[in-house]
Amino acid sequence: MNGDGGIPRQLPPTVERRRLRVRGVVQGVGFRPFVYRLAQELGLSGWVRNDGGGVEIEVQGKPGNLSALIARLHGEAPPRARIDHLESDLRETDASDHGFTITASRRGEVTTAIGPDTAVCADCLRELFDPADRRWRYPFINCTHCGPRYTITRGLPYDRVNTSMAAFDFCMDCADEYGDPADRRFHAEPNACPACGPHLALLEGYGVTVATRDPVADTLLRLLCGEIVAIKGLGGFHLLCDARNPEAVARLRARKSREDKPLALMVANLASARRWAALSPTDERLLASPERPVVLCDKLPSVDRELDGVAPHLAWVGLMLPYTPLHYLLFHDHAGRPAGTGWLDMAQDLALVCTSANPGGEPLVIGNREATRRLMGVADAYLMHDRDIVVRCDDSVVRSLPSPRAGDADMQFIRRSRGYVPSAVKLACKGAAVLAFGGFLKNTLCMTRGDEAFMSQHVGDLESAGACQALDEAAEHLRHILALEPEAVAHDLHPDFASTHAALAMAERLGIPAFPVQHHHAHIAAVEAEHRHLGPTLGLALDGTGLGSDGRAWGGELLQVDGPRFARLGHLAALPLPGADKAAREPWRMASAVLHLLGRGGEIAARFHREQAAWRMADLLAAGTRCPPTTSLGRWFDAAAGLLGVCERMGYEGEAAMRLESLATAHGPALPLPGGWRLVEDKGAAAGTLDLLPLLAVLADERNTARGAALFHATLAAALEAWVLRATDVSGIRTVALSGGCFLNRLLSRDLGRRLAARGLTVLEARQVPPNDGGLALGQARIARYLLEGY
Amino acid sequence: MNHGAGGRATAQLVAELFARAFDNPWLGQGDDGAVLPAPAPGERLVMATDGHVVSPLFFPGGDIGSLAVHGTVNDLAVMGARPLYLSASFILEEGYPLADLKRIVDSMAAASRAAGVPVVTGDTKVVEQGKGDGVFIATTGIGALPAERSPGGARARPGDVVLVSGSMGDHGMAILAVRESLAFDSEIRSDSAALHGLVEALYAALPAEAIRVLRDPTRGGLATTLNEIARQSGAGMRIEEAAVPVHPQVEAACELLGLDPLYLANEGKLIAVVAPESADAALAALRAHPLGSAAARIGTVVEDAHHFVQLATPLGGQRMLDWLSGEPLPRIC
Ligand SMILES: [Fe+3]
Ligand SMILES: [Mg+2]
Ligand SMILES: [Zn+2]
Ligand SMILES: [Zn+2]
Repeated sequence: MNGDGGIPRQLPPTVERRRLRVRGVVQGVGFRPFVYRLAQELGLSGWVRNDGGGVEIEVQGKPGNLSALIARLHGEAPPRARIDHLESDLRETDASDHGFTITASRRGEVTTAIGPDTAVCADCLRELFDPADRRWRYPFINCTHCGPRYTITRGLPYDRVNTSMAAFDFCMDCADEYGDPADRRFHAEPNACPACGPHLALLEGYGVTVATRDPVADTLLRLLCGEIVAIKGLGGFHLLCDARNPEAVARLRARKSREDKPLALMVANLASARRWAALSPTDERLLASPERPVVLCDKLPSVDRELDGVAPHLAWVGLMLPYTPLHYLLFHDHAGRPAGTGWLDMAQDLALVCTSANPGGEPLVIGNREATRRLMGVADAYLMHDRDIVVRCDDSVVRSLPSPRAGDADMQFIRRSRGYVPSAVKLACKGAAVLAFGGFLKNTLCMTRGDEAFMSQHVGDLESAGACQALDEAAEHLRHILALEPEAVAHDLHPDFASTHAALAMAERLGIPAFPVQHHHAHIAAVEAEHRHLGPTLGLALDGTGLGSDGRAWGGELLQVDGPRFARLGHLAALPLPGADKAAREPWRMASAVLHLLGRGGEIAARFHREQAAWRMADLLAAGTRCPPTTSLGRWFDAAAGLLGVCERMGYEGEAAMRLESLATAHGPALPLPGGWRLVEDKGAAAGTLDLLPLLAVLADERNTARGAALFHATLAAALEAWVLRATDVSGIRTVALSGGCFLNRLLSRDLGRRLAARGLTVLEARQVPPNDGGLALGQARIARYLLEGY
Repeated sequence: MNHGAGGRATAQLVAELFARAFDNPWLGQGDDGAVLPAPAPGERLVMATDGHVVSPLFFPGGDIGSLAVHGTVNDLAVMGARPLYLSASFILEEGYPLADLKRIVDSMAAASRAAGVPVVTGDTKVVEQGKGDGVFIATTGIGALPAERSPGGARARPGDVVLVSGSMGDHGMAILAVRESLAFDSEIRSDSAALHGLVEALYAALPAEAIRVLRDPTRGGLATTLNEIARQSGAGMRIEEAAVPVHPQVEAACELLGLDPLYLANEGKLIAVVAPESADAALAALRAHPLGSAAARIGTVVEDAHHFVQLATPLGGQRMLDWLSGEPLPRIC
């Protein structure tokens, strides 16, 4: 340090004093110590403090040094910080000012954001595995650059008293670190050590504490013996078991009633991950990123050979690296507790199935007592601790994009939650505070503030009371941490979603307007919002189903979107949905619907003889009983999977389409089927109706499932291209937004994206939020803002 | 049938068909209204009315005539009242076959007699062809409510037990099967029946105070009725899906059609919410009655600010038994 702390100086006339207000992600990321060190280096006096609005700085010194400070604030900000706005005002100089201090936080108008949770950093890992360090193998090690944030914070400002660390008093050593501006832990709010911080406890499945001196070693032993252990993570509990033990994996599946759904794998490091998947450079960057999402990677044969039942029938496997010190300790133990971090560069044998502990599809378990209650009979043991999780936050799931077009993001969200929440999505302009309540499945909320949109963590499928409660909690939490009252709410058109009910209830309570937003309009608006594109836009929304403005089940829509308005330029040919929502879970029903349309209803009973209802399905379709029409592309995927015999009944949502994509991936590229689709004139829809029936007729007789799957993907992309081109001719619009859950299909989005770009169209895709219903709330919020502002 | 409104032909029809079928002293008076005795001291009068439109008019297990009696009798019964008298108002479409009308009227008279609740006054109108759907029947009933009885939808409290008197969804599926000409292995019959005997059996077996809520889960089925009770009472409910009785053929039909039997209408089933200490006695009383032989204890009332009705599924999951705004709309995206 070359500071001038403590020595009063004479002020030359050239001295200036400035007040700086910095906004963005500047709390909980080591920003004040960073300012402190800069001020010291530049010989500036004054102070820095957190306030509800961000960080406030007052500095005095040579004008050149003041501008240097401002430049370096931007240029050298800590890795997790993001400066969105910096205001600077001249102030009266203060002759008595000397030295630079970090002063107490001040409450005020809250306009800042809490940082997201971050994986343990390299510096902390070095200490964690240094036998001489006082935090050697301490599972709660963290510093200003890493550790829990969002999930332990009750409100702003981000100070220890507002986190669940308030329950722990610093020991002298930790207090010194916290107070020493030169220390990496200066003002690290969750700072802790074995003497003063949280501790582990291992409990038996029936809730009794295990008398053990080493809960981590004991846990590892249990895992290796085939037990299922619930381990408390950052945003909730996980269920872990040994991925190499097929019997344990099968037991975990049985206890979670999750027969076929792929399970994520936690491995020690990239070297270990390479054993199970062919990693692209982007995959590696994502895996090792501080956000530590689950990354869907191209599966190597070793997974099915050695990790039976982890990711059956799919071309990819979900991988993640440890992100809490506790996760690392399990791998460290298995590696024989080496000193230093060299072992982290070497492949390790341990592979753990790591799935969120959400029994019965209900929200993630976060509390200790809750864990023993809700995971009874699921977990054989619990590894928990006494640092409370304040905010439930599931793992994020992402996927790299094979070869993004220049300047494009190289990843796609499947679920945006831990690590990314509550980072804001930047909007094109400022506007009203709007709270959008999202859809029914994969629900998330979105609240806007100024020119930022804050997406909530993953709330989940609103099928259980627990999820509906979690929705209310998430809504309250967003209002609380943004310290903002919404001026309007937005919700889906569907009258029976719990999210719709919650939105209407809040609107009534607060006396604010509620705007219903059509599902696919919202999907497209979400993409427009993140790209700060003002429109007009051609929107291709492809998903399962969403309620259309005509009361029907839409899901393959070509829209012209103009801010708060849209016109339906075209849609997919309708398929009957025999048994309504049941057909969304049973692809054989959709295959039957297609056979019926092909005039081949007589084949249904024999083809699907395993299905009890099959012998009556032809009659049902002929009579049209309980067969509402849908224009959903998701259901066309299901029909294709059903006809090819890939999947007759789904064990989890999207299974048929995922298996079809996996088969097509394995097969490799195919040529589109000539005449595989028809563009049918439709007086209500300028771009026409896209009918894929000719393609499906061929698939109905295709015996090679992989070839059929590849043909389906290739023809679909070509058909969609032709359809979109027709719409650009009709509308004159050259910007196309692609959204909806079908765009999670990598083959489809890559192929179609390339085709449209090659035609000179500007293609906008969902990159900052998922294209599925997890991103819906962003679009709803955008549209509600338009409506509120009277467009 | 060709009978203009108010004409001689209609009067003749009323006299011949209706008066003969429903024959009783009050109706026999032939005046503009029926003069009825006052209720016993301490008793209160309960009045309920119901318009019946059903397509088809005849279905396995009943027809619009018996339904018109059972619907109103049951509305009185679940108020805790002893049904005493009915009125009936018929709206007939010109050209409706007389033979079918006679079947309906005879069935209605038989139901009224079996229930011991006479139709004491009535009216008939004929509308032009195309302005009606064959036959509409509106019935109104009067019953006597003993002083000590006061079941009400708002009286369920946490801890109370929820009982049903038998299988769910029979009527709704019977109607649907006929309407859509669906063939099943064996015929699905409507459960249409008068419930006041079952209600009396319940009151005979337990203290009046222990009977908190009585309801007949008609349109919208068990799910809708439970949600109504939950909201009125300001409480939640936890229902065991496996404990709710459903006929196997109704179950199979629901599987085919993608319907939930808990949302299908019933016309002869009782939901009773009773005090926990009386639950066993209530169940025994229901089961001892022919209409309640398949009665079951399906769940409990719980404290819940959201007034959620939660269904515990056999696989250990939980699912919301939502209150739907109308016909279920697809919602899987
Ligand atoms: Fe959608
Ligand atoms: Mg009624
Ligand atoms: Zn760190
Ligand atoms: Zn300490």
